[in-house]
Amino acid sequence: MEPHKRTIAVVIPAFNEEKTIRGVVEDVCSSLHGQGMDAHIIVVNDGSSDGTAVAVRWLPCTLLNFPFNLGIGAAVQLGFRYARKLGCDAAVQVDGDGQHPAREIGRLLEPILNDSADVVIGSRFLLKGGSRSTLGRRIGIRYFNALVGLLIGRRITDSTSGFRALNCRALEICAEEYPDQYPEPEAIISFTKQNLRIAEVSVLMSDRQGGQSSINTFAGFVYMIKVSLAMLVAVLRTHQER
Amino acid sequence: MDSIVPLRIQIVSIIGSIIFLIVIGRLILKGKLREEYAIVWIFATAALLLLSIWRNGLEVLAAALGVFYAPSLLFMVALFAITTFLVHLSVVATKLQKQNKILAQELALLRNEMQKTG
Repeated sequence: MEPHKRTIAVVIPAFNEEKTIRGVVEDVCSSLHGQGMDAHIIVVNDGSSDGTAVAVRWLPCTLLNFPFNLGIGAAVQLGFRYARKLGCDAAVQVDGDGQHPAREIGRLLEPILNDSADVVIGSRFLLKGGSRSTLGRRIGIRYFNALVGLLIGRRITDSTSGFRALNCRALEICAEEYPDQYPEPEAIISFTKQNLRIAEVSVLMSDRQGGQSSINTFAGFVYMIKVSLAMLVAVLRTHQER
Repeated sequence: MDSIVPLRIQIVSIIGSIIFLIVIGRLILKGKLREEYAIVWIFATAALLLLSIWRNGLEVLAAALGVFYAPSLLFMVALFAITTFLVHLSVVATKLQKQNKILAQELALLRNEMQKTG
Protein backbone atom coordinates (compact mmCIF):
# COMPACT_ATOMS: atom_id res chain seq x y z
CA MET A 1 0.00 0.00 0.00
CA GLU A 2 1.27 3.47 -0.79
CA PRO A 3 2.15 5.38 2.35
CA HIS A 4 -0.27 8.24 1.67
CA LYS A 5 -3.15 6.15 0.39
CA ARG A 6 -6.30 7.10 2.29
CA THR A 7 -8.82 4.75 3.76
CA ILE A 8 -12.23 5.99 2.68
CA ALA A 9 -15.65 5.09 4.02
CA VAL A 10 -18.90 5.53 2.14
CA VAL A 11 -21.81 5.85 4.56
CA ILE A 12 -25.26 5.10 3.14
CA PRO A 13 -28.22 5.69 5.47
CA ALA A 14 -31.29 3.73 4.35
CA PHE A 15 -34.86 3.78 5.60
CA ASN A 16 -37.24 1.60 3.57
CA GLU A 17 -35.16 1.72 0.41
CA GLU A 18 -35.43 -1.93 -0.68
CA LYS A 19 -36.04 -0.93 -4.29
CA THR A 20 -33.01 1.32 -4.65
CA ILE A 21 -30.42 0.38 -2.05
CA ARG A 22 -28.95 -2.49 -4.04
CA GLY A 23 -28.41 -0.31 -7.09
CA VAL A 24 -26.89 2.45 -4.98
CA VAL A 25 -24.36 0.13 -3.33
CA GLU A 26 -23.46 -1.48 -6.69
CA ASP A 27 -23.07 1.95 -8.30
CA VAL A 28 -20.84 3.16 -5.51
CA CYS A 29 -18.77 -0.02 -5.74
CA SER A 30 -18.25 0.11 -9.48
CA SER A 31 -17.54 3.82 -9.71
CA LEU A 32 -15.04 3.63 -6.85
CA HIS A 33 -13.34 0.79 -8.67
CA GLY A 34 -13.42 2.78 -11.88
CA GLN A 35 -11.70 5.67 -10.14
CA GLY A 36 -9.09 3.37 -8.63
CA MET A 37 -10.29 4.00 -5.09
CA ASP A 38 -10.77 1.52 -2.34
CA ALA A 39 -13.48 2.16 0.21
CA HIS A 40 -15.43 0.58 3.01
CA ILE A 41 -19.10 0.79 2.18
CA ILE A 42 -21.26 1.06 5.27
CA VAL A 43 -25.04 0.76 4.94
CA VAL A 44 -26.97 1.84 8.02
CA ASN A 45 -30.46 0.40 8.01
CA ASP A 46 -32.52 2.82 10.07
CA GLY A 47 -35.14 0.35 11.29
CA SER A 48 -36.67 -0.27 7.86
CA SER A 49 -39.87 -2.30 7.81
CA ASP A 50 -39.24 -3.54 4.26
CA GLY A 51 -36.52 -5.74 2.77
CA THR A 52 -33.72 -3.16 2.90
CA ALA A 53 -31.52 -5.39 5.05
CA VAL A 54 -32.08 -8.42 2.84
CA ALA A 55 -31.38 -6.43 -0.33
CA VAL A 56 -27.81 -5.65 0.67
CA ARG A 57 -26.99 -8.89 2.45
CA TRP A 58 -24.70 -10.35 -0.25
CA LEU A 59 -23.19 -7.10 -1.42
CA PRO A 60 -19.62 -6.12 -0.51
CA CYS A 61 -20.62 -3.76 2.26
CA THR A 62 -21.02 -3.65 6.01
CA LEU A 63 -24.62 -3.61 7.19
CA LEU A 64 -25.49 -1.98 10.50
CA ASN A 65 -29.07 -2.45 11.67
CA PHE A 66 -30.92 -0.21 14.06
CA PRO A 67 -33.55 -2.12 16.07
CA PHE A 68 -36.01 0.70 15.35
CA ASN A 69 -36.20 3.94 13.40
CA LEU A 70 -34.05 6.66 14.92
CA GLY A 71 -33.82 9.28 12.18
CA ILE A 72 -31.30 9.86 9.43
CA GLY A 73 -28.93 11.84 11.65
CA ALA A 74 -28.48 8.98 14.10
CA ALA A 75 -27.95 6.58 11.17
CA VAL A 76 -25.32 8.77 9.53
CA GLN A 77 -23.62 9.30 12.86
CA LEU A 78 -23.42 5.55 13.42
CA GLY A 79 -21.83 5.20 9.99
CA PHE A 80 -19.26 7.83 10.92
CA ARG A 81 -18.57 6.13 14.24
CA TYR A 82 -18.00 2.84 12.47
CA ALA A 83 -15.78 4.53 9.89
CA ARG A 84 -13.68 5.98 12.67
CA LYS A 85 -13.45 2.57 14.28
CA LEU A 86 -12.16 1.18 10.99
CA GLY A 87 -9.52 3.89 11.00
CA CYS A 88 -10.86 5.67 7.92
CA ASP A 89 -9.50 9.14 7.32
CA ALA A 90 -12.21 10.33 4.96
CA ALA A 91 -15.90 9.58 4.61
CA VAL A 92 -18.56 10.23 2.02
CA GLN A 93 -22.26 10.30 2.80
CA VAL A 94 -24.54 9.05 0.03
CA ASP A 95 -28.33 8.77 0.35
CA GLY A 96 -29.86 5.32 -0.09
CA ASP A 97 -32.55 6.51 -2.50
CA GLY A 98 -30.38 6.88 -5.58
CA GLN A 99 -30.47 10.69 -5.77
CA HIS A 100 -26.75 11.05 -5.36
CA PRO A 101 -24.67 10.01 -8.36
CA ALA A 102 -21.86 7.66 -7.35
CA ARG A 103 -19.73 8.80 -10.29
CA GLU A 104 -19.36 12.20 -8.56
CA ILE A 105 -17.81 10.73 -5.41
CA GLY A 106 -14.33 11.23 -6.81
CA ARG A 107 -14.96 14.94 -7.42
CA LEU A 108 -16.49 15.28 -3.97
CA LEU A 109 -13.39 13.75 -2.41
CA GLU A 110 -10.89 15.81 -4.37
CA PRO A 111 -10.75 18.84 -2.03
CA ILE A 112 -10.43 16.43 0.91
CA LEU A 113 -7.62 14.44 -0.65
CA ASN A 114 -5.60 17.53 -1.59
CA ASP A 115 -6.41 19.03 1.81
CA SER A 116 -8.09 22.19 0.60
CA ALA A 117 -11.25 21.56 2.63
CA ASP A 118 -12.45 19.64 5.71
CA VAL A 119 -16.05 19.28 4.54
CA VAL A 120 -17.24 19.15 0.94
CA ILE A 121 -20.91 19.57 0.05
CA GLY A 122 -22.25 18.32 -3.26
CA SER A 123 -24.47 21.13 -4.52
CA ARG A 124 -27.30 20.92 -7.03
CA PHE A 125 -27.41 24.64 -7.46
CA LEU A 126 -23.86 25.73 -8.27
CA LEU A 127 -24.47 25.02 -11.94
CA LYS A 128 -27.64 24.54 -13.95
CA GLY A 129 -29.01 21.13 -14.94
CA GLY A 130 -30.00 17.87 -13.28
CA SER A 131 -32.78 17.41 -10.78
CA ARG A 132 -33.44 20.55 -8.80
CA SER A 133 -36.28 19.10 -6.74
CA THR A 134 -39.89 20.27 -6.53
CA LEU A 135 -40.99 23.89 -6.11
CA GLY A 136 -42.03 23.56 -2.46
CA ARG A 137 -38.76 21.91 -1.65
CA ARG A 138 -36.78 24.53 -3.53
CA ILE A 139 -38.45 27.22 -1.43
CA GLY A 140 -37.47 25.33 1.72
CA ILE A 141 -33.91 24.93 0.46
CA ARG A 142 -33.70 28.64 -0.36
CA TYR A 143 -34.94 29.48 3.10
CA PHE A 144 -32.29 27.29 4.72
CA ASN A 145 -29.58 28.67 2.45
CA ALA A 146 -30.56 32.17 3.54
CA LEU A 147 -30.64 31.23 7.22
CA VAL A 148 -27.32 29.39 7.03
CA GLY A 149 -25.82 32.36 5.19
CA LEU A 150 -27.09 34.72 7.85
CA LEU A 151 -25.78 32.61 10.70
CA ILE A 152 -22.34 31.72 9.36
CA GLY A 153 -21.77 34.81 7.24
CA ARG A 154 -21.09 33.05 3.97
CA ARG A 155 -23.12 31.64 1.14
CA ILE A 156 -23.80 27.93 0.85
CA THR A 157 -25.78 27.11 -2.29
CA ASP A 158 -27.19 23.76 -1.14
CA SER A 159 -27.28 23.62 2.64
CA THR A 160 -29.73 20.70 2.73
CA SER A 161 -27.68 18.43 0.51
CA GLY A 162 -26.82 15.15 2.18
CA PHE A 163 -24.17 14.34 -0.41
CA ARG A 164 -21.05 15.21 1.53
CA ALA A 165 -17.45 14.29 2.06
CA LEU A 166 -15.61 14.71 5.36
CA ASN A 167 -11.96 14.47 6.24
CA CYS A 168 -10.79 12.82 9.43
CA ARG A 169 -11.17 15.95 11.54
CA ALA A 170 -14.76 16.49 10.46
CA LEU A 171 -15.40 12.77 10.79
CA GLU A 172 -14.20 12.88 14.38
CA ILE A 173 -16.54 15.78 15.19
CA CYS A 174 -19.59 14.18 13.53
CA ALA A 175 -18.96 10.80 15.14
CA GLU A 176 -18.93 12.55 18.49
CA GLU A 177 -22.06 14.64 18.04
CA TYR A 178 -24.53 14.90 15.20
CA PRO A 179 -28.14 16.13 15.09
CA ASP A 180 -30.80 13.37 14.99
CA GLN A 181 -33.30 14.51 12.42
CA TYR A 182 -32.81 16.62 9.29
CA PRO A 183 -29.20 17.19 10.30
CA GLU A 184 -27.73 18.81 7.18
CA PRO A 185 -28.23 22.58 7.69
CA GLU A 186 -27.58 22.32 11.41
CA ALA A 187 -24.33 20.42 10.86
CA ILE A 188 -23.02 23.26 8.68
CA ILE A 189 -23.40 25.61 11.64
CA SER A 190 -21.40 23.31 13.92
CA PHE A 191 -18.74 22.81 11.22
CA THR A 192 -18.29 26.56 11.04
CA LYS A 193 -18.18 26.90 14.81
CA GLN A 194 -15.41 24.33 14.92
CA ASN A 195 -13.52 26.27 12.23
CA LEU A 196 -13.75 23.57 9.58
CA ARG A 197 -13.14 24.63 5.99
CA ILE A 198 -16.32 24.05 3.96
CA ALA A 199 -16.22 23.76 0.18
CA GLU A 200 -18.98 23.15 -2.35
CA VAL A 201 -18.67 21.09 -5.48
CA SER A 202 -21.27 21.15 -8.23
CA VAL A 203 -22.99 17.80 -8.78
CA LEU A 204 -25.87 16.63 -10.94
CA MET A 205 -28.50 14.85 -8.89
CA SER A 206 -31.25 12.59 -10.14
CA ASP A 207 -34.80 12.34 -8.83
CA ARG A 208 -35.25 9.81 -6.10
CA GLN A 209 -35.63 6.41 -7.70
CA GLY A 210 -37.97 4.96 -5.12
CA GLY A 211 -39.09 5.10 -1.53
CA GLN A 212 -40.46 8.05 0.32
CA SER A 213 -38.73 11.27 1.24
CA SER A 214 -38.29 11.67 4.96
CA ILE A 215 -39.93 15.08 4.60
CA ASN A 216 -43.53 15.33 3.35
CA THR A 217 -45.40 18.51 2.52
CA PHE A 218 -47.49 18.68 5.66
CA ALA A 219 -44.56 18.14 7.94
CA GLY A 220 -42.50 20.58 5.89
CA PHE A 221 -43.52 23.64 7.81
CA VAL A 222 -42.99 22.06 11.21
CA TYR A 223 -39.66 20.80 9.91
CA MET A 224 -38.58 24.30 8.95
CA ILE A 225 -39.43 25.74 12.34
CA LYS A 226 -37.78 22.87 14.20
CA VAL A 227 -34.57 22.99 12.20
CA SER A 228 -34.42 26.78 12.39
CA LEU A 229 -34.62 26.59 16.16
CA ALA A 230 -31.99 23.87 16.26
CA MET A 231 -29.71 26.01 14.10
CA LEU A 232 -30.10 29.03 16.37
CA VAL A 233 -29.33 26.83 19.35
CA ALA A 234 -26.28 25.46 17.53
CA VAL A 235 -25.03 29.02 17.07
CA LEU A 236 -25.48 29.86 20.73
CA ARG A 237 -24.18 26.63 22.14
CA THR A 238 -20.62 26.52 23.39
CA HIS A 239 -18.48 23.46 22.78
CA GLN A 240 -17.69 22.62 26.38
CA GLU A 241 -21.33 21.77 27.09
CA ARG A 242 -20.89 18.38 25.52
CA MET B 1 -63.54 34.39 61.24
CA ASP B 2 -65.80 32.41 58.93
CA SER B 3 -64.08 29.99 56.63
CA ILE B 4 -64.52 30.42 52.89
CA VAL B 5 -64.50 26.65 52.51
CA PRO B 6 -67.86 24.96 53.21
CA LEU B 7 -67.77 21.77 55.25
CA ARG B 8 -69.07 19.54 52.45
CA ILE B 9 -66.36 20.44 49.97
CA GLN B 10 -63.83 20.11 52.76
CA ILE B 11 -64.82 16.49 53.32
CA VAL B 12 -64.80 15.78 49.58
CA SER B 13 -61.33 17.28 49.16
CA ILE B 14 -59.92 15.40 52.15
CA ILE B 15 -61.26 12.11 50.76
CA GLY B 16 -60.00 13.01 47.27
CA SER B 17 -56.50 13.78 48.55
CA ILE B 18 -56.35 10.56 50.53
CA ILE B 19 -57.48 8.49 47.54
CA PHE B 20 -54.83 10.21 45.42
CA LEU B 21 -52.18 9.41 48.03
CA ILE B 22 -53.26 5.76 48.06
CA VAL B 23 -53.11 5.56 44.25
CA ILE B 24 -49.58 7.04 44.23
CA GLY B 25 -48.54 4.65 46.99
CA ARG B 26 -49.85 1.65 45.07
CA LEU B 27 -48.11 2.75 41.87
CA ILE B 28 -44.81 2.96 43.76
CA LEU B 29 -45.31 -0.44 45.37
CA LYS B 30 -46.12 -2.03 42.01
CA GLY B 31 -42.97 -0.48 40.54
CA LYS B 32 -44.93 1.54 38.00
CA LEU B 33 -43.75 4.89 39.33
CA ARG B 34 -40.23 5.77 40.30
CA GLU B 35 -39.90 7.23 43.79
CA GLU B 36 -38.07 10.13 42.20
CA TYR B 37 -41.23 11.30 40.44
CA ALA B 38 -43.55 10.15 43.18
CA ILE B 39 -42.01 12.59 45.65
CA VAL B 40 -43.42 15.53 43.68
CA TRP B 41 -46.90 14.02 43.74
CA ILE B 42 -46.72 13.11 47.40
CA PHE B 43 -45.74 16.66 48.31
CA ALA B 44 -48.47 18.12 46.12
CA THR B 45 -51.08 15.85 47.65
CA ALA B 46 -49.81 16.58 51.14
CA ALA B 47 -50.20 20.30 50.43
CA LEU B 48 -53.76 19.73 49.21
CA LEU B 49 -54.55 17.61 52.24
CA LEU B 50 -53.15 20.28 54.53
CA LEU B 51 -55.32 22.95 52.91
CA SER B 52 -58.37 20.68 53.08
CA ILE B 53 -57.94 20.12 56.81
CA TRP B 54 -56.81 23.61 57.74
CA ARG B 55 -59.90 25.39 56.49
CA ASN B 56 -58.69 28.94 56.89
CA GLY B 57 -55.25 28.13 55.60
CA LEU B 58 -55.76 29.39 52.09
CA GLU B 59 -57.22 32.67 53.31
CA VAL B 60 -54.47 33.21 55.85
CA LEU B 61 -51.80 32.55 53.21
CA ALA B 62 -53.53 34.78 50.67
CA ALA B 63 -53.83 37.60 53.18
CA ALA B 64 -50.19 37.21 54.14
CA LEU B 65 -49.13 37.46 50.50
CA GLY B 66 -51.52 40.32 49.76
CA VAL B 67 -53.70 38.29 47.38
CA PHE B 68 -57.21 39.73 47.32
CA TYR B 69 -59.08 36.70 46.01
CA ALA B 70 -57.80 33.69 47.95
CA PRO B 71 -58.65 30.90 45.43
CA SER B 72 -56.57 32.65 42.76
CA LEU B 73 -53.51 31.99 44.96
CA LEU B 74 -54.34 28.29 44.77
CA PHE B 75 -54.64 28.44 40.97
CA MET B 76 -51.42 30.34 40.61
CA VAL B 77 -49.44 27.94 42.78
CA ALA B 78 -50.99 24.91 41.08
CA LEU B 79 -50.31 26.26 37.56
CA PHE B 80 -46.75 27.09 38.47
CA ALA B 81 -46.16 23.64 39.97
CA ILE B 82 -47.69 21.84 36.98
CA THR B 83 -45.72 23.88 34.45
CA THR B 84 -42.46 23.31 36.32
CA PHE B 85 -43.10 19.60 36.48
CA LEU B 86 -43.91 19.42 32.76
CA VAL B 87 -40.66 21.13 31.89
CA HIS B 88 -38.87 18.69 34.14
CA LEU B 89 -40.54 15.78 32.31
CA SER B 90 -39.46 17.21 28.95
CA VAL B 91 -35.89 17.35 30.20
CA VAL B 92 -36.15 13.74 31.32
CA ALA B 93 -37.61 12.71 27.92
CA THR B 94 -34.75 14.47 26.11
CA LYS B 95 -32.18 12.68 28.20
CA LEU B 96 -33.87 9.33 27.63
CA GLN B 97 -34.00 9.95 23.88
CA LYS B 98 -30.27 10.66 23.82
CA GLN B 99 -29.46 7.54 25.80
CA ASN B 100 -31.83 5.56 23.60
CA LYS B 101 -29.95 6.66 20.49
CA ILE B 102 -26.58 5.70 21.95
CA LEU B 103 -27.95 2.33 23.03
CA ALA B 104 -29.34 1.57 19.57
CA GLN B 105 -26.05 2.56 17.95
CA GLU B 106 -24.07 0.38 20.33
CA LEU B 107 -26.47 -2.48 19.71
CA ALA B 108 -26.04 -2.17 15.94
CA LEU B 109 -22.24 -2.19 16.33
CA LEU B 110 -22.32 -5.18 18.66
CA ARG B 111 -24.60 -7.18 16.37
CA ASN B 112 -22.25 -6.48 13.51
CA GLU B 113 -19.32 -7.59 15.65
CA MET B 114 -21.13 -10.81 16.56
CA GLN B 115 -21.95 -11.64 12.95
CA LYS B 116 -18.31 -11.23 12.02
CA THR B 117 -17.06 -13.54 14.72
CA GLY B 118 -19.91 -16.06 14.69
